[in-house]
Amino acid sequence: MRIATRSATSALIFVALAILSIAQAAGQASSIPTPRLINPEDLVKLLQTSGKEKPLMIQVGSHVLFTQAHIPGSEYIGPASREPGLQQLRKRVESLPRTKFVVLYCGCCPWSHCPNVKPADDALHAMGFTNVKVLYISDNFGTNWVDKGYPVAKGE
Amino acid sequence: MKWLFVATTVALAALVAVHSLRRSAAPHVATSKDHLLAPDFTLPQLDGQDLRLSSYRGKVVLLDFWATWCDPCREEIPHFVELQQRYGYRGLQVIGISMDDGSDPVGPFYQQFHMNYPVVMGTAKTGELYGGILGLPITFLIGRDGFIYAKHLGATDAAVFEKEIKSLLAEPLETAKP
Repeated sequence: MRIATRSATSALIFVALAILSIAQAAGQASSIPTPRLINPEDLVKLLQTSGKEKPLMIQVGSHVLFTQAHIPGSEYIGPASREPGLQQLRKRVESLPRTKFVVLYCGCCPWSHCPNVKPADDALHAMGFTNVKVLYISDNFGTNWVDKGYPVAKGE
Repeated sequence: MKWLFVATTVALAALVAVHSLRRSAAPHVATSKDHLLAPDFTLPQLDGQDLRLSSYRGKVVLLDFWATWCDPCREEIPHFVELQQRYGYRGLQVIGISMDDGSDPVGPFYQQFHMNYPVVMGTAKTGELYGGILGLPITFLIGRDGFIYAKHLGATDAAVFEKEIKSLLAEPLETAKP
């Protein structure tokens, strides 16, 4: 009887941990479908091509990182892994047409660990935005954008 | 007379060439001159007191740029707590530089993770001093002499830090010059 209780407890702990892992993975960038991503080089080309619709670019990471380097023309919102950041994001886009081209980016951490882009992407889709892309930054903004020589701005 | 000038020139050129070859063949010994001096800073700790990096000269410093919302940072912090506990008495000092936008989430995080080392609030200027902190976590290992001996970008295995810390701790204090 005691063994059965122990086995049941172990199984419950295992299930709880599995659910926790799945929940954590669901909040991570890796679960964003590939068609919703844009590569740095493609975004650079798009920004440099005249006549094409320029996206609203929103950084959903840290302000300290943004101040050091960001994509020229992009706006700082705050970490979307936190409710204040998400609220700020919703507030920024609420008056925009749902077809507005929006690019979200962070670059705080390696892609599989970024906690910010997925909640931001989810929030915009929940609001009905249909033309949202997330900038795929595999390592971090320094390595995959700044070090590549792509355009960078500093400051607020 | 002309042949004497030519011969002297050739001999001198040969000497220079031999010397250059010897220099390039000599084993490269790493010294503090091969490393950058860790830029000094003074930043406020969570309790409001200032922390100055250079006041830790003579200790091995593990300088961790992190943020509360950064998952890889959260993975590393328990290891840093353990390293501080294990090697603090031998001269290790872990210092955290939070890149959070404000200190509000940092205090509760500090308590929750039982952090046993000082944490200061970083700025963009601090990031730029260290070559740009454009990804988290980034960790620097600073020797007793104040020079940077290692830089790790992204979550790094605790065993790697431990190996480097042990090696830096083994450096005799008398070689550490201000």
